[in-house]
Amino acid sequence: MTDALLALEDGSVFEGRAFGARVQRFGEVVFNTSITGYQEVFTDPSYTGQIVVLTAPQIGNYGANEDDCESPRPFIEGLIVREISSIASNWRSEETADRFLERHGIPAIAEIDTRKLVRKLRIGGVMRGVVGPGDANPQDLIDAARRSPSMAGLDLATRVSTRKRYEWTQPVSRCSPSERLKDAAPPEFRVVACDFGMKRNILRRLVHSGCSVTVVPAGTSAEDILALKPDGVFLSNGPGDPEPLEFQVAQVRKLIGKTPVFGICLGHQILGLAMGGKTFKLKFGHRGANHPVINYQTNKVEITSQNHGFAVDADSIPAATVDITHMNLNDHTVEGLRHRSHPVFCVQYHPEAAPGPHDSHYLFNDFTQLMRGNKR
Amino acid sequence: MPRRNDIKKIMIVGSGPIIIGQACEFDYSGTQACKALRADGYEVVLINSNPATIMTDPELADRTYVEPLSVAYAEEVIRRERPQALLSTVGGQTGLNLSVDLAEAGILEKYGVELIGAKVEAIKKAEDRLMFKDAMRKIGLETPQSMLITSVEAGFEFAARIGYPMILRPSFTLGGTGGGIAYNREDLVEILERGLDLSPVHEVLAEESVLGWKEFELEVMRDLADNAIIICSIENFDAMGVHTGDSITVAPAQTLTDREYQMMRDGALACLREIGVDTGGSNVQFAIDPKTGRMVVVEMNPRVSRSSALASKATGFPIAKIAAKLAVGYRLDEIKNDITRQTPACFEPTIDYVVVKIPRWQFEKFPGAEPVLGTQMKSVGEVMSIGRTFKQSLGKAIRSLETGKASTADVLLKELIPQRLITPNPERLSYVRFAMENGYTVDQVHEMTAIDPWFLRQIAEIVEYDRVLENHTFESAGKDLLRKAKRDGVSDNRLGRMWGVDPLKVREKRKELGVRAVFNRVDTCAAEFESFTPYLYSSYESECEAEPDSRPKVMILGSGPNRIGQGIEFDYCCCHASFALREFGHESIMVNCNPETVSTDYDTSDRLYFEPLTLEEVLNICDTEKPDGVIVQFGGQTPLNLALPLKRQGVPIIGTDPENIDLAEDRKRFGALLDKLGIPSPANGTATSEQEAIDVARRLGFPVLVRPSYVLGGRAMVIAYDEDTVRRYMREAVVFSQERPVLIDRFLEDATEVDVDALSDGEGVLIAGIMEHIEEAGVHSGDSSCVLPATSISPNALDTIHSYTVQLARALNVIGLMNVQYAIKDSTVYVLEVNPRASRTAPYVSKATGVPLPKVAVALMLGRKLKDLGHLTGGYTSGVLPVPQYFVKSPVFPFNKFPGVDPQLGPEMRSTGEVMGVGENFGEAFAKAQLSAGTPLPNDGTVFISVNDRHKAEAVELGRKFTELGFQLAATRGTAAALQAAGLKVKTVFKVNEGRPNAVDLLKAGSLKLVIYTSTGGHSFSDEKAIRRSAVMYRVPCITTLSGAKAAAEAMVSRRRDPIRVWNLQEIHQKLEMHSAQA
Ligand SMILES: Nc1ncnc2c1ncn2[C@@H]1O[C@H](COP(=O)(O)OP(=O)(O)O)[C@@H](O)[C@H]1O
Ligand SMILES: Nc1ncnc2c1ncn2[C@@H]1O[C@H](COP(=O)(O)OP(=O)(O)O)[C@@H](O)[C@H]1O
Ligand SMILES: [Mg+2]
Ligand SMILES: [Mg+2]
Repeated sequence: MTDALLALEDGSVFEGRAFGARVQRFGEVVFNTSITGYQEVFTDPSYTGQIVVLTAPQIGNYGANEDDCESPRPFIEGLIVREISSIASNWRSEETADRFLERHGIPAIAEIDTRKLVRKLRIGGVMRGVVGPGDANPQDLIDAARRSPSMAGLDLATRVSTRKRYEWTQPVSRCSPSERLKDAAPPEFRVVACDFGMKRNILRRLVHSGCSVTVVPAGTSAEDILALKPDGVFLSNGPGDPEPLEFQVAQVRKLIGKTPVFGICLGHQILGLAMGGKTFKLKFGHRGANHPVINYQTNKVEITSQNHGFAVDADSIPAATVDITHMNLNDHTVEGLRHRSHPVFCVQYHPEAAPGPHDSHYLFNDFTQLMRGNKR
Repeated sequence: MPRRNDIKKIMIVGSGPIIIGQACEFDYSGTQACKALRADGYEVVLINSNPATIMTDPELADRTYVEPLSVAYAEEVIRRERPQALLSTVGGQTGLNLSVDLAEAGILEKYGVELIGAKVEAIKKAEDRLMFKDAMRKIGLETPQSMLITSVEAGFEFAARIGYPMILRPSFTLGGTGGGIAYNREDLVEILERGLDLSPVHEVLAEESVLGWKEFELEVMRDLADNAIIICSIENFDAMGVHTGDSITVAPAQTLTDREYQMMRDGALACLREIGVDTGGSNVQFAIDPKTGRMVVVEMNPRVSRSSALASKATGFPIAKIAAKLAVGYRLDEIKNDITRQTPACFEPTIDYVVVKIPRWQFEKFPGAEPVLGTQMKSVGEVMSIGRTFKQSLGKAIRSLETGKASTADVLLKELIPQRLITPNPERLSYVRFAMENGYTVDQVHEMTAIDPWFLRQIAEIVEYDRVLENHTFESAGKDLLRKAKRDGVSDNRLGRMWGVDPLKVREKRKELGVRAVFNRVDTCAAEFESFTPYLYSSYESECEAEPDSRPKVMILGSGPNRIGQGIEFDYCCCHASFALREFGHESIMVNCNPETVSTDYDTSDRLYFEPLTLEEVLNICDTEKPDGVIVQFGGQTPLNLALPLKRQGVPIIGTDPENIDLAEDRKRFGALLDKLGIPSPANGTATSEQEAIDVARRLGFPVLVRPSYVLGGRAMVIAYDEDTVRRYMREAVVFSQERPVLIDRFLEDATEVDVDALSDGEGVLIAGIMEHIEEAGVHSGDSSCVLPATSISPNALDTIHSYTVQLARALNVIGLMNVQYAIKDSTVYVLEVNPRASRTAPYVSKATGVPLPKVAVALMLGRKLKDLGHLTGGYTSGVLPVPQYFVKSPVFPFNKFPGVDPQLGPEMRSTGEVMGVGENFGEAFAKAQLSAGTPLPNDGTVFISVNDRHKAEAVELGRKFTELGFQLAATRGTAAALQAAGLKVKTVFKVNEGRPNAVDLLKAGSLKLVIYTSTGGHSFSDEKAIRRSAVMYRVPCITTLSGAKAAAEAMVSRRRDPIRVWNLQEIHQKLEMHSAQA
């Protein structure tokens, strides 16, 4: 019955059943604790180079549909679950999750003791791993895992970024006739969004709150960005380690003070570095939809959607010029920054959610407010 | 915002007796609230009429009032205690309603008491269905269209607008009686006419039907700073149309994408904010159209609920405890998560397993009630199970039910499949599986049931794998096969049946092959953080997280799902066993599968195993924990049935030896013992065939009492006055008797029944309570009111009872608790039965005497002697414990939920709960008990009396009493004649079949205030039934025994004489200490 293996660099091997594409892949093995939203996870470019373990045991129940894609295709290297559904049951479903993964060449393993695996990662930290066929020699897979590149120091953002500039005009759409959703605001601001592996829902949210968005490649220079005369610049989420992104950091440094800047996730880390901070790798990262974050300005807690393996070091932030605006209540890491004298702010978590709670949508309006203030 | 310091003393309102729809989940929430507030230094005053609850233990509150939950008595408590605040949201609907009544009666204002939790406005906005709908529309949430209807014509107009089917709910009828679903014009006319007639305000709420839509619930919490979180999402397996309390439910929701789930989350938070529940937990119910995704809000409960208890157990997030803290000003982010310790309670639990809840019904106890499920809750209890997958969890849940049936019921009929699938009923789950075994496809079953295809597909896969298993033999079954079977929740029993071997053999083999149960933790965070609480469930994964301790440890087997005859009283005992063990320095390990209870709170024991109470699961736990002792005498019949098999597997049972428990249950052996001791019992015999039964009955002489062995709650027990009844019984009984003989006793008519609870160390015996029943023998002990101390039993009889009890305890070498039931007839004392275990009355006696019986029992089981336990028993180590006042326990019946059922009391138990009344005299205590039980006695008006000839003389006595009290009398011809002959003024009333206006007409017209109608013995006639039924329907107290009627008269006397007064248990027990000081 065993027809797929997961081998880890620490020498452990997990046996399960193969789903999706029957191919061998390596990657950093990470876990996500969100109960819903597996399709958004598959298609979030921030998972480039990662094999994802989902703690929710029943995956695929509601199938897959075009609207819930966060990018044109899945970016995970592989999927590890306890059980995958053989049918899809939901009025919006277009195909089964299994078929969706197979179509995009992503291998998946089911019937794995995911809880044991997650405990291993929590205690030992994230590890490199390989997903391979059941008849493969486990030792070969372990060796392959050990030979595979580590995340630290890799520039994945450039790899997944769009090659050419494009416009995005689509706002958020209802998933049900009953969904309470404010109508999209009329386009009022020109925003240039730097794509480091951007999720679509960020673009939808920006448009919804009154922005017309031009998406530019990760390699775009500050000059070229400013040449587009933006009312504001947005720095997207993305995969991997922020440190190697020296070019991007340098560009962003030049933007600060010239135009309002808003960053999410990797964008937040890049801003952190640009404003003089440092970043470090978390033991096993934050990936889920239930992380409590306190907003020091409102003194209210937001339940947030998170997906990051690196974080900005609180002590490295130059207190004279930058405020820490948000903090994670679980491990007290930095979740938000704001420049004291320039219209620049960013959050580590995902206010666009997808998947996750909508508590933090207000940040997109904060951004438009900032741009409005800056226009006058 | 830290805690409020302007408040010092807080009053908590409990939920009263266990009734359908309001069970021990509110003992759980109330107990947590008491604990949390006291831990925070607040003084807690509690009022709750239910003595069987943990929350009413004197240790849990500073002042505990076991008093009626009525405005008058609550005011008296407030007047005495002067609390600054009243917490309204942990006592269920009862607590909420009383809080509102107190507010509206101006009492809270008068005494300056602040309502905390939810304010009156918020409560009303949520509870009033129309106000609620308006509120939802205002924030852009849809609700089913609806309209208040006052005439059939108006009904037609509305139907023309929204079409059929239509949901109809009469306003203010008991438990929604008279409501229903109209599928067409005829139904509409019928239900509307009935509904308008039943509704005191002649109003029916008509609502657009969303039958067949997917039903969901979200458990929401909010603090004063407006931080709001979702604790858990629950998806109903059964579609809209089956009450959530009667639905199989699954957590977390399984078939929603993140987009849809977040839409629901946003809706729930918006709803909470609009209704204005400023702190605490609430429950919001949604329905979604599976075709279009249209979503409507069904209702919201602005308080902790049955579902929030379920959500707490399902996630490890203690909603009620946190709600209490929020009510006194804390913020969610100021409270720590007990389980992870590091992280705050302000987060949304995520779970890496699947939770399944299945309700337990008991229609069989209510002949005349149709076993179908609808918008009104009918289940008496529920089980929850935790598994890594839905399949595993479902299998465990079915086992937890203890229906005696296997997951594939044997009594299913092919020809019934469509009907059983289309009309929701208690057996539908079995039929879904059965249908698939018979070739129905997922689509076909979905067509008929509207159950989501994902769930159905899971069941289909279970059935498919069964085929695979069946193609194997015990010998050919290999590791992978067994591992998959266990991972999919297939029991050893089932495999054993399939392969024709003893389940224990299967267990042996799989263990040899390394297919062992391991235990995973419920940790609120899917292992993202370390967990510090051993809250465990079994799975067949590859890593065990139990980490057992090496300390001396004792395991307690709980009582499983609530059912009539085995309810909260047993959970009470289990919890106390656990507290006692911890106090005596032993690690306490709890095993139970009932999510409503205090025993399944991870706070109650050192370690909690949320598992089915089956031999397989309990042995798995023993393998891991290796307990030094296992306690089986506190959980009712459930653990008793496991006692011998466990012992045979070498599990160390402590307390009374299972062999002796068995002896007491085995009629033949027990009879022999009684003869040896020279203790009389009703002449009796056993039978395994119809003819044998007839012979025995003839020999004993009618009336006889017939029943199966090994049941609790007088299940399937009948009084037979003739041979036909015996014959009929023997034909039907077989199903229940489980290869055990049917027991036949001479039935003692008009005997006084007595319940005795005693503590024993095998040598020394302490009698805790001698309870005199109000109703005569023949009314199940659980269904009759009883009083402490006994009021009318002769000293001789008391002495006899005393010495019999001591002899029995010694003869059975009882270590711990024992319960004996006696019947006194013509000054002879007969033993009816001995239960060498904790009884239903243990909590009531503990509260009356101030001696914690279960705690003493545990000490005895740990090997201590009574003579060394004086410090726990107020100095008494033998004899009978004193009681300083009068304590009446009265049962509460669910008849209003089963219209058409005859409320005549009998030997089969049908009450779901109990209350206690405390007084200076019997009448006062009884009056309070009746009030608490929801059958308040009238002060004036007409009393209707109809008794059989045996009772005419006593009826005259009564008649005179009531006349003196200023009541008018009405009676049926026979009784009327007797009364008139005695010179009493009485109005003669037609029986139903005699003409009109008859008794039922008068009841409808509201001109009768009290009905006293004793059965004419034998089989009671249809018109008797009709009258008793209508009494229930129109909420007129109906007394079906003369002894009950006499007690009622005394109660009325007291009501004229005695003022409204209340006592708290602490001061009562104070008196006792002085007592024993003198003694
Ligand atoms: N409009 C409706 N159409 C179909 N079923 C309904 C409708 N409204 C309620 N129900 C069913 O009735 C049950 C009880 O209704 P609810 O409003 O929750 O009352 P309660 O206060 O008794 O919980 C619900 O769980 C649902 O299954
Ligand atoms: N021989 C008898 N004569 C009269 N009443 C009896 C007799 N035996 C039992 N009963 C009545 O039936 C009730 C249930 O019988 P019991 O043996 O206590 O069953 P259970 O085990 O359900 O408590 C008793 O409480 C008593 O009222
Ligand atoms: Mg409801
Ligand atoms: Mg009994």
